[in-house]
Amino acid sequence: MTITVQYFARLREDIGRDRDEVTMTGEVRTVGDLWRHLHGAPPARLMAAVNQAHARLDTPVADGDEVAFFPPVTGG
Amino acid sequence: MAVRLFDQPFDPWTLVRERERGLPLEGLGACTVFAGRMRDFNEDQDVRALFLEHYPGMTERELERIVAEAEARWPAITCEVAHRVGAVEPSETLVLVAVWSAHRVDARDACSEILERLKHEAPFWKRERLADGSERWVEKNTPGH
Repeated sequence: MTITVQYFARLREDIGRDRDEVTMTGEVRTVGDLWRHLHGAPPARLMAAVNQAHARLDTPVADGDEVAFFPPVTGG
Repeated sequence: MAVRLFDQPFDPWTLVRERERGLPLEGLGACTVFAGRMRDFNEDQDVRALFLEHYPGMTERELERIVAEAEARWPAITCEVAHRVGAVEPSETLVLVAVWSAHRVDARDACSEILERLKHEAPFWKRERLADGSERWVEKNTPGH
C-alpha cells in the first residue's frame, strides 16, 4: 500500500513534480514524518492536507491516504 | 448553500439576482454582498494577468465547510459563494460572497467571516504576470478587514 503525495503552486515548482507515490514504512507515522522522509526539514509556513482536509505536521497518516503539501493560500 | 467555481468570467450581480428569485425575500431584510475584482496593480507593480491555481476536490470541500460552519453559527442566513479559477484578467470578478438574513448584523458579520476564512483556508494560489512578462507567486494576501 502507498500514500499519494501531491504538491501545489510554488512548492510544486520548487520540487519539480506534482506528486510522489510513497510506500509506507514504519518510520512514517505523521504528515511531518512523510515530509522529512521525502524532503528533509520542513520549510516555514508549510501547509498540508490529508484526504482533502487541512492537517498539521503531527496529523497521522495511513496507507491509502491522499496527502497534499502547499504554501500559504492566497485566494479571494 | 451554493458554492461554485467558475473557469470563465462570471457576473456576481447576475448570480445574486438569480439566487434571489428562489428566496423568501419578505423575511430577509438584509443582504450583504462582497464582490472582489482583480486589480491591475499589486505591491507597487503593474499586473497584467493572474492564474488562480486550486486543489480540485479540496477547494470545493473547504468552501462548503466554511459556509456550513457560518450557517451553524448564524442559523437563519442564506449564502451564495462563487470563486474564479484558472486564467483571470484585470477587472474580472475573483470572488463573490453574498449573505441574506432577517437583520443586517448577521448578514454583515457572516459575509465578513466567510470571506476572511476563505482567504486563509480555501486552497487557492495566485500567480501574477507582470508588465515586463515575468511571473511571480503571490506570497500572502493583503491584511484583511
